[in-house]
Amino acid sequence: MDTSLAADPGPEIPPARWSGVDPMMPRPFTVKRVRKELADTFTLELEPADGGGPIRFQPGQFNMLYAYGVGEVPISISSDPDDPSVVAHTTRFVGSVTEALVHTRIGSLIGVRGPFGTHWPVEIAQGEDVAFIAGGIGLAPLRPAIYRVLSERQKYGNVVIFYGARTPEDLLFRKELQSWRSRFDINVHVTVDRATGRWNGRVGFVTQLIRGGGFDRHSSVAFICGPELMMRYSIQKLQEHGLGNDRIFISMERNMKCAVGFCGHCQLGSQFVCKDGPVYRFDNIEDYFSIWEL
Amino acid sequence: MVKVEGLETLMEEHPFFEGFNQEALDLLAGCATNAKFDAGTVFIREGDKADMFYLIRHGTVAQEIRVPGRDPLVVETLSEGDLLGWSWIVPPYRWTFDCRAVELVRALGMDAACLRAKCEQDHSLGYLFYQHMVPIIARRLWAVRMRLLDIYAPAPKPKL
Repeated sequence: MDTSLAADPGPEIPPARWSGVDPMMPRPFTVKRVRKELADTFTLELEPADGGGPIRFQPGQFNMLYAYGVGEVPISISSDPDDPSVVAHTTRFVGSVTEALVHTRIGSLIGVRGPFGTHWPVEIAQGEDVAFIAGGIGLAPLRPAIYRVLSERQKYGNVVIFYGARTPEDLLFRKELQSWRSRFDINVHVTVDRATGRWNGRVGFVTQLIRGGGFDRHSSVAFICGPELMMRYSIQKLQEHGLGNDRIFISMERNMKCAVGFCGHCQLGSQFVCKDGPVYRFDNIEDYFSIWEL
Repeated sequence: MVKVEGLETLMEEHPFFEGFNQEALDLLAGCATNAKFDAGTVFIREGDKADMFYLIRHGTVAQEIRVPGRDPLVVETLSEGDLLGWSWIVPPYRWTFDCRAVELVRALGMDAACLRAKCEQDHSLGYLFYQHMVPIIARRLWAVRMRLLDIYAPAPKPKL
C-alpha cells in the first residue's frame, strides 16, 4: 500500500512571504513580560510600540530580535498564532544577544523583523492523525502548531505528542503539558534522559515513545523539532512505523543572519534555511539532512 | 488446560512473539505464567537469582539502582510491549537492577530455567529465541548511548 502523500499529492509548504514592509527594517516592540521557563531558558512577550498592527504569523515561523547596540538573533515564535496581540519567543540564553534579551526590563524596547520562513503546514493533516515529536527546547517552535491543531481539534484524527527532555527540570511548558495530558482528545507522552528527584514518569530516549504509536501508520502526518540527531532517529522510527518521507516535517536550525536569503550564512546546498525553511517536508531536504557543514 | 490456552493467546498478542510459529509457541507456553504487580511493588531485587523474565502487557516498570541515603536512581522505564530482563541468559544469572511497578503491571512471566532447558534441547528454538532477544538488547543499548550523548544540552556558545 502506497502511503505517501505523493500518490495523493498534498500541497507543498507555501513559500515564505513578507507582509509588504521592508524586511530589513526592525520595528520597535515593547517588552511586556520576561518569563524564566527553565534554568537557562526564557520567554519574551512583546507587543508593537510603533502603533502598527500585531505580527501575524504562522506556526513555525521566526522573528529576528534585535537587542539595540548588541546584535540580532533569529528566534522561533512560541505563542498562539490565533492570538497575535502578544507575540512570544522562547529561547536559551547562550550568547551575548540572548543574554542581553533575558536581562531586558519590562517596558523597554527591542527591534523586531519578521515573521520569516516557512511554517508547519498543519492544515494538510486535516482528516488524519497528527504526531508532534519534540526534543528539549524544540517544543517551543512546535507549540504554535499544537495550539492551531487544538483550536480546530474536530478537523483532525488522533493527536499525539511525544516529548523528550534531558531531566524533569528541563521539561519546557510543564503546566501546558499537564493541561494537554488532562484532555480526553490528545495523548501526551513524556520521557526524560535522566531521572532526578522523585520523577515517576518515563525514563528513556524519545524514540522509544514512538514505538507505542497512537497514530495510524498509513494516514498520519508528523512534525518534528529538536536537535538534529534526535530528529534523524525519530525519522527512522517513523519510517519503521510505515510513514512516508512526504508525511514528515522537520524544522532545521542554521546560522541565520539576514533572514531573507541575501547573506548566505544559512545556506544548505541549494537551500537558504531562513527563506526556504526552517520547516521542510523531509523528502525535500533528505539529501542535505546528513550534511553537517557546507 | 484452559489456563495454558489462555497464556498462548496472551503470548501471541505480545510483540515479542511476533514471528514465532505455533510449534514454538506451544513449547514456550509450558514455561509461561501470568503475573501481576501492584503499583509500588519491587518485584525484582538486584543480586537475586534471575529465575524469571517478563513480557509486559500493561503498565510501567522502573529499573532502579539503590543508593544508600538517597532515593533510588531510575535507569530506565519499560512499558507495554517491552521485554523486562535478560540477566537470566547471562551467567551467573543474577539481577543487575531492582524493578518496581510504577503502576499496576500485568505481564507474562517466563520461567528462565525452563526456557534455558528447552533452548538447550532444541537449538532451533534457542536460535529463534536469541534472534528475538538480541535486537531488543541492541536497541536498548543504542538508546542508552543516545542518552549518554546528552543531545539536549546547550550547544557550544556562539560567537555573537
